[in-house]
Amino acid sequence: MSRIGVFLCYCGSNIAGTVDVEAVAEMARSLPEVVYVETNKYTCSDPGQEGVKNAIIEKGIDRVVVGACSPRMHEPTWRKLLADTPVNPYMLEVANLREQCSWVHKDREVATAKAIDLVKMAVAKVARLQPLHSIEIPVHKKALVIGGGIAGMQTALDIADAGFQVTIVERETSLGGKMVMLDKTFPTMDCSACICTPKMSEVGNHPNITVKSYSEVENVSGYIGNFEVTIREKAKFIDYNLCTGCGACETKCPAKVTNAFEQGMSQRTAIYKMFPQAVPAKPVIDAEHCLKLTTGKCGVCSKVCPTGAINYEDEDKLTTETYGAVVFATGYKLIDWKPLYPEYGGGKYEDVITGLQFERLVNASGPTEGHVLRPSDRTEPKSVVIIKCVGSRDPNKGKAYCSRACCMYSAKHAHQYLDKVPDGKCYVFYMDVRTPGKGYDEFYMNTLHDGAQYIRGRVSKIYKEGDKLICKGEDTLTSSQVTVSADMVVLETAMVPADGIDELAAKFTVGRDADSWLVEAHAKLRPVETNTAGIYLAGTCQGPKDIPDSVCQAGAAASKVIGLLNKDALQSNPQISRVNETLCQGDGACVNICPYGAISIVEKQFRENSRKVVRPVAQVNPGLCQGCGACTVTCRAGAMDLLGYTNESIMREVDALCQW
Amino acid sequence: MSVVETNEAAAQVPENWEPKIIAFCCHWCTYTGADLAGLNRMNYPANVRVLRIPCSGRMNPQYVIEALNKGCDGVLVCGCHPGDCHYVTGNYFARRRMMIFKRLLEYEGLEPDRFQVRWISGAEAGKFRDTVMSVVEQVRALGPLNLTREIPYFELPAVPDGEEAFDAVPEEVVPEEVSA
Repeated sequence: MSRIGVFLCYCGSNIAGTVDVEAVAEMARSLPEVVYVETNKYTCSDPGQEGVKNAIIEKGIDRVVVGACSPRMHEPTWRKLLADTPVNPYMLEVANLREQCSWVHKDREVATAKAIDLVKMAVAKVARLQPLHSIEIPVHKKALVIGGGIAGMQTALDIADAGFQVTIVERETSLGGKMVMLDKTFPTMDCSACICTPKMSEVGNHPNITVKSYSEVENVSGYIGNFEVTIREKAKFIDYNLCTGCGACETKCPAKVTNAFEQGMSQRTAIYKMFPQAVPAKPVIDAEHCLKLTTGKCGVCSKVCPTGAINYEDEDKLTTETYGAVVFATGYKLIDWKPLYPEYGGGKYEDVITGLQFERLVNASGPTEGHVLRPSDRTEPKSVVIIKCVGSRDPNKGKAYCSRACCMYSAKHAHQYLDKVPDGKCYVFYMDVRTPGKGYDEFYMNTLHDGAQYIRGRVSKIYKEGDKLICKGEDTLTSSQVTVSADMVVLETAMVPADGIDELAAKFTVGRDADSWLVEAHAKLRPVETNTAGIYLAGTCQGPKDIPDSVCQAGAAASKVIGLLNKDALQSNPQISRVNETLCQGDGACVNICPYGAISIVEKQFRENSRKVVRPVAQVNPGLCQGCGACTVTCRAGAMDLLGYTNESIMREVDALCQW
Repeated sequence: MSVVETNEAAAQVPENWEPKIIAFCCHWCTYTGADLAGLNRMNYPANVRVLRIPCSGRMNPQYVIEALNKGCDGVLVCGCHPGDCHYVTGNYFARRRMMIFKRLLEYEGLEPDRFQVRWISGAEAGKFRDTVMSVVEQVRALGPLNLTREIPYFELPAVPDGEEAFDAVPEEVVPEEVSA
């Protein structure tokens, strides 16, 4: 027999104005198992709370019903109060007498009748609740950052500076991401490498940061505070303990491969560093193109290596470690525009290039050593057309969203081109110019002053005439057809999530939107958290961003991680699913339905009919389960139940309501 | 619909009869929306009692049967909009389950208006009020649910076919994408 205490609140006149609280109290006294009923002007006030506490102790109450404002408002307050009393904090039910009763009904009689029902319902439920206890989840004080671009590096540095160990997993052979490919950064025109490479070496030399380059996440299990992550370090064929990074091997390697870092505009060797300032500053062998590894003949690099660091027998290494928190900083890539825009040549004209190719063309360490030379014949283009929103804001062909940084970097490209080719002409076809940001619009205005000609409209066709590219488009401001004869065309293409994001996010059960950008827990109030506890977002994996915004978000994600790692243990939410192992048939319907991967099937030994039987049963991981209850309904045997919202308690609530 | 004319029980509505309706609302969206309706001091009929569940994916059809058996005249199930579930996919499960269950209830002779599923977000206080008002009016028009009465004849809605069956969610609910 339980001893229920009912505490009803007037909330000044908020509830008492429409609900006859004393009549509700009178009714509550007549309910079975209710041993004490109290009304209070403001139950949530300090004296009100003190009164509840005293009553619990004096009357030996073991379950509490509060009839007051919405549980969304003060349920945590009551739970906290109960934690200081002998009553379990989860032996509580709140009847919503304010938001869903007194505030929405005017008729006193009707509202009082409804309040009575709501209290009856709460009493019926609380009588069926069981005490629940949070478990303590230990926190491994180590963070994993996936992606070594500017967002990943900033996150790692901030976490590491706070004194925690960080591992960065980078798929490429070097840190730096997309930022290190850029020539200059808007609006200050800092040399990108000059501000990015110091960060790279800071990360590389930080005592708290481990950089795993040329590595990918293979497998993940666990939950907040305890992610067990297996990382595959691809075979580099070079012993990094011996290699000094002298680069002798790179000069002698005979194999030639298209250089992805230079956006395909030059060639590299099969043993290579991504770029001269790479971190780690040591090469890897590209197994796909190495002559020794593909044909068995060559081995020049091992002959020239002064330290004997080359090892052709190297294999992928798998390491498993436990991390308390994970940050996604997986970044973006540019959309593959070629199949989408056959009207721009679909890739058949060499001089139609992307913005990232242009960055390399104007970069002093790029394929042309900073001279603007068009790829086809290495001559200086005297007229350049820049086309914005290629793939962005184009739901028919590309993506519906705005890629956000292109307006600024196309202005930068126009500025850079006019700077390097003073007698050149630059035309920018645009849909809109969006320059919100500190110093951004001023930068755009300067570009106009430089002489860039902005034409509002899209280019509908590009075709070749002699060695000229003819761009036909419309100037929508004058409603006239425009034809520009250009030597080179730069397409400012849309940002899309990096390759493999779907598979990676699925491993961590992180949500993606229709365009595969990772989804934050709340667009405004929880912008760097994901719906999976302990996993955070930094940079463009969450959506298109420029560098300042990426760095901002990286810092925010780092502060969330630091907050988490600062705790020794987490209190889990005890309102989670529970398996009745006697009923469970181990068919795994719940495993398939769980959005968090919290349920697994394990073989367990039971004593049935005085015999030992081993059979499969479901097991709920209390760290992963978020308490949605989807599994409880899907279980054919009815073996799953949700603590705090058990089938029995809900059925009794329904029964209580039906009595009205 | 011809239900009202043919339902004999409806003709014998007791005096002062008021429909009893239970609304199962998910904690994260609809319950929040209902709270917001209160904050905005909106007014709606008191015939609906809200029962809080963590997620519409927690909604077990048994609760509906229990409610109708024990004397409720209608049941409303509400959750977040498809794609907005706090638990990622809970309302997709709810949509499928409730869709199939609704057809079962209709097959058993329950008028479609007595069991409704709606998606109401935490910001849609107005939609919550409007939904409550319309459900109350529809159930009022049907009269008390007298389970021992002769089952009235009414045309079952056409059975959605194939893939469509999963998307044929009660009214308004046209998902942009079914990812679960």
